[in-house]
Amino acid sequence: MADTATKPRTVKFIITRRDRPEAAPYTEEFEIPYRPNMNVISALMEIQRNPVKADGTKTTPVVWESNCLEEVCGACSMVINGKPRQACSALVDKLEQPIRLEPMSTFPVVRDLVINRERMFQALKKVKAWIPIDGTYDLGPGPRMAESKRQWAYELSKCMTCGVCLEACPNVNDRNSFIGPAPISQVRLFNAHPTGEMNAHERLEALMDDGGIEGCGNSQNCVRSCPKGIPLTTSIAAINRDTTKHMFKKWLTS
Amino acid sequence: MSGNSYLPRKLHSLLGVIPLGLFFIEHALTNYSAFEGGLEGFNRSVNFLHQLPLVFFLELILIWLPILFHGVYGLYIAYQSNLNTGRFQYGRNWAFALQRISGVITFIFVIWHVWETRIQVALGNTTYEELGAHMHEIFTNPAYIVIYVIGVIAASFHFANGLWAFLVSWGITIGPRAQRVSSNICMGIFVIVAVLFLLSLVAFSGDEFASAAAAAGSASIG
Ligand code: SF4
Ligand code: FES
Repeated sequence: MADTATKPRTVKFIITRRDRPEAAPYTEEFEIPYRPNMNVISALMEIQRNPVKADGTKTTPVVWESNCLEEVCGACSMVINGKPRQACSALVDKLEQPIRLEPMSTFPVVRDLVINRERMFQALKKVKAWIPIDGTYDLGPGPRMAESKRQWAYELSKCMTCGVCLEACPNVNDRNSFIGPAPISQVRLFNAHPTGEMNAHERLEALMDDGGIEGCGNSQNCVRSCPKGIPLTTSIAAINRDTTKHMFKKWLTS
Repeated sequence: MSGNSYLPRKLHSLLGVIPLGLFFIEHALTNYSAFEGGLEGFNRSVNFLHQLPLVFFLELILIWLPILFHGVYGLYIAYQSNLNTGRFQYGRNWAFALQRISGVITFIFVIWHVWETRIQVALGNTTYEELGAHMHEIFTNPAYIVIYVIGVIAASFHFANGLWAFLVSWGITIGPRAQRVSSNICMGIFVIVAVLFLLSLVAFSGDEFASAAAAAGSASIG
């Protein structure tokens, strides 16, 4: 009992930082007071309040991004102890120390842990990941979706474009134009929708374009990494089937 | 990259199975005849093949052109991949990395192996009848044995794991259970084909092919 009062518990962090997008990365170590139930975001908030390194010298606060703090927005994705995941759901008690934080450098790094996930939103535009219902008149309620289908489609709809699956994928890199796993799964989601299905061919053709689904090399890291448990490899294989069928159909009917 | 990569990638996947995969199995069986039927069995198999009608065109269309495309495009695919097995040590990620590594090894090995055998026949330095003896001579050099062992294991893995990926890329195996079952089957195929080749290596370096080599040697001296 006596020695519990001797030294306050602390948490060690090693953070990969970068001042500007084109600047070289460097690491800094921090040692911050432990509080029960803290997560990586609350630790970063502590560093923000008191930007002092482990060696006692002052530094600039570490910059990161977060919004929902409940693992639904995807903004706080970073590489924590080697694995890409959300900082807000990364509990310090469950992490090995020192805790290493790095930006997901598959994406352009803006500063410190902040990355630019623009390519993911571009990808969703490219594959038309929406249901076109706008018109000049009321289109009516549209066909109903079978409940059995709705159940698995709902799982796919949980994607928060967090980028973890792209970070984990060995084929998403600057030598490869592969669009990444998430948008492929979104094509499956919107093609499963009874109204979305009416434009299914447009989404399939977007994935048969350069950098589309053929870029998948089946490492299956994505499905192991997705924080939402989305069956990405099942989606990819299902869309492989759909694009293959579409290819033959186009050959034989045009 | 300009242009559409969907079709070339699809073609790459298809050629790996048809015709190259089929040829690879045929090759394993022909070689195995050396182990099972000895020199005579091997010669019978070789003769059967090179006496096929239009054999030159069959070779060109079913073997040479597909290998060239599959190999060169495959190098490009390997170049486009990162290997991140350090961070993600999952079985399938290892298979992904090994597929690319074994592909590069196999391509280099195949070029060398074709030079050593088929091209030597074409150049008239050996004949189909002397092929068994020729193989034995190659295997008197331990370095070549090592190269062949590595080559056939890499090629067998690349074929079997490529078959698994083909089933996914063409949308045949979709769910996790189907992909797990096909993975087990393909790893079984890997072991079987690799063993067939390794047994033929044993046969080629064995006594029967040694005496054939000696006979061929004295024949060419005499
Ligand atoms: S599929 Fe999963 S890992 Fe990929 S972006 Fe969506 S939520 Fe993130
Ligand atoms: S802050 Fe939204 S996922 Fe972490």
